[in-house]
Amino acid sequence: MEYAKDLNEIRVLIRRHKRWDMVFGLCGLLALMIGVLTFVALFADMAVDGVPRLGWDFLTSFPSRKPQQAGILSAWVGSALVMLVTAFFAVPLGVASGIYLEEYAAKNWVTDIIEINITNLAGVPSIIYGLLALGLFVYTFGFGQSVLSAGLTLALLILPVVIVATREAIRSIPQGIREGAYALGATQWQVCKDHIVPYSMPGILTGIIIGMARAIGETAPVITIGALTFIAFLPAAPVQAEPPFLNFEWLLSGFTVMPIQMFNWTSRPEAAFLHNAAAAGFVLVLMTLGMNGLAIWLRYRLRKKIKW
Amino acid sequence: MSAVPGDITIGMDSATLSTRLAHRRSRIVRERIIELVLFLAALVSVFTTIGIVYILIKESVVFFQEVPFWDFLTDTQWTPLFSDAHFGIMVLLSGTLTSSVVALLVAIPLGTIIAIYLSEFAPFWVREVAKPFLELLGGVPTIVYGYFALLFVTPLLQKIYPGLPGFNLLSAGIVMGIMIIPYVSSISEDAMRAVPMSLREGSYAMGATRFQTAIKVVVPAAISGIASAYILGISRAVGETMILAVAAGQQPNLTFNPLEPAATITAYIVQVALGDLPHGSIGYQTIFAAGLTLMLFTLACNIGGHVLRKSFRETY
Repeated sequence: MEYAKDLNEIRVLIRRHKRWDMVFGLCGLLALMIGVLTFVALFADMAVDGVPRLGWDFLTSFPSRKPQQAGILSAWVGSALVMLVTAFFAVPLGVASGIYLEEYAAKNWVTDIIEINITNLAGVPSIIYGLLALGLFVYTFGFGQSVLSAGLTLALLILPVVIVATREAIRSIPQGIREGAYALGATQWQVCKDHIVPYSMPGILTGIIIGMARAIGETAPVITIGALTFIAFLPAAPVQAEPPFLNFEWLLSGFTVMPIQMFNWTSRPEAAFLHNAAAAGFVLVLMTLGMNGLAIWLRYRLRKKIKW
Repeated sequence: MSAVPGDITIGMDSATLSTRLAHRRSRIVRERIIELVLFLAALVSVFTTIGIVYILIKESVVFFQEVPFWDFLTDTQWTPLFSDAHFGIMVLLSGTLTSSVVALLVAIPLGTIIAIYLSEFAPFWVREVAKPFLELLGGVPTIVYGYFALLFVTPLLQKIYPGLPGFNLLSAGIVMGIMIIPYVSSISEDAMRAVPMSLREGSYAMGATRFQTAIKVVVPAAISGIASAYILGISRAVGETMILAVAAGQQPNLTFNPLEPAATITAYIVQVALGDLPHGSIGYQTIFAAGLTLMLFTLACNIGGHVLRKSFRETY
C-alpha cells in the first residue's frame, strides 16, 4: 500500500514537471511569435501606407513641396553613389585586414591591440562615427558635406563586419591546403591569392553583403556629417561620353540618401508626406531584406556544399 | 655568389643562375611589400579609434574651457542654443537611460526566452526557420523602426492609455527593445549551444526535465556568454539614434517617466546636425561633448563585457 502511494506521488511530480516543460515551450514559441508578428506588422504597415504611392514617377521625381509630386530620385541615386564609395574602400581594406590577421600576423602585442580594437569598434554607436567624420573628413580634410565624406564614414562603420566575416571564412580552410601549396614552393602571397581568397570567397561575400545592407540603412552618421535633406539635383554623372570618360566631380557633390529622405518626410506633419515616407521605407526594407536574404542563402548553400 | 641551397645549380650556366637569383630576390622583396600593405590595411581600424578619441577630446576640451565640468554634470537644464545657456548633460542622460531601461525590459526577457527555447527546446526545423528570420529582424534599418514606433506602436498604446503624448519614450523604447532581441538571443544561444552535451546528459540521467536542465545546468554554464549578450544589448540601446529621434521627441526633458517625451544624447546630436550651426560655435562643440559622454558609456560597457567573458569563461 505504502509503495503504491509513493509511486502515485512520483507520477504526480513527473506530470507536474512535464507540465512546466510544456509551459516553457509555449512561452518560447510565444516570444518568438512576438518577434515574428512585429516584423509582419512593420512590413504590412509600410506596405499599406506606402505601396499606393509607389510607381515609376516616385522613382524618377525629385523631392517636392507638393507631396503628390515628390519622389526619391535624388535619394536613391545618392544612396547608390555613397555605396559605391563605401564598397570601394571597405572591401579591399576589410579583406586585406582579415588576410593579414589570419595569415600573416605574428602573435604579439601589436596583433593583440588590432584585434581588441576591432572588437571594440564593432560596439561603437554609429552616430560616433558621424562625429568622427564631421571633425575629420568634413572640416580637417576639407571634403565638405559630400558623397566622399559619407562613403568614407560608412566604410569605416562596416569595416569590422567585413573583417570578422573574412577572418571566419579564412579560419574554416583546413591547414592541409596551405601546406600543399607551400610544399610546391608557393610563397605566402601566392598561397593567399590562389587558394585562401578564392576558397573563402563565399564567406567574404556574405560579410560584404551584410555590411552593405547595414550601410544602406544607416541614417545617423550621414545626418551628423550634415547631409542635406532637400536635394533637387543629381551629382554629376560618374561616366561621360568624352575622354577621359570618368568624372570625379560627383565625389564632392552634395547629396541625400534614402533613409534621410524618409526621415525628412517622417518629421513632417502632413499625412501625405507620411505616405511618401512609408513608400520610401518600403523600398528601403525591400532592399535591405533582399540583401540580407541573399547573404543568408549564400551561407546556407555554403554550409551544404563545402566538405573539405 | 656562393651556391644556392638545393640542387637547382646543377647543369645551369651562370647567366641563368643569376637571373634565377634576381627573380628570387625580387620575389622576396615583393612578399615583404605585400605584407607591409596588408599590415597597413589592418592598422586602419586602429587609426579609426585614435581618430574618434582625438576628435571627441579635441572638441570637448574647447567646450569645457567655456563650460565648467561641474556644471556639465550637475546642471538640471539643457538649453545650449538659448541666450541663457545651460549645459546639464543629466537632462539628456535621463532620456537615454529611461528609453534604454524600457528597451532592455523588452529585449532581455524575450531574448533570453527565445535563446533558451531555440537552444534547448525547439525542433530542428523551427530553429532553421527562426534564426534567419531573427537575423532579418536585426537587419531592418532603424529609421524604418522609428516610423513604425511613431505611426503604429504609439497609436496602439494610445488606445490602451489615452493620455499618452504623440512623442514618448515608451513606444520608442519598446520598438528599440524588439530591435535588440536578435542581438541578445543569437549571442546567448551561441553561448548555450557551446555548453557540452555531457553536462545535459548528466542532468537528464538524474531524471531532470528539459526545463530543469535548461535553467539549472545550461544557463549557469553559459552565464558569461549570456551576460556579454546583455551588455551588447545595453550598448546598442544607449547608442541607438533614429528610433528615438523620430518617436521620442526632441525636447530636452529631465524625466524618468517613460510616458513623457524626452530627447536623448543621440537625438540631440541629430537635431543639432540637422540645423545650421557654424563650425566652431559652442553649439557645435556641445555635440562632441555629448558624443564623448556616449562614447565613454559604451566603452565602459564593452570593457565590462570583455572582462566578464574573460573571468567567467568556463573551460570544459
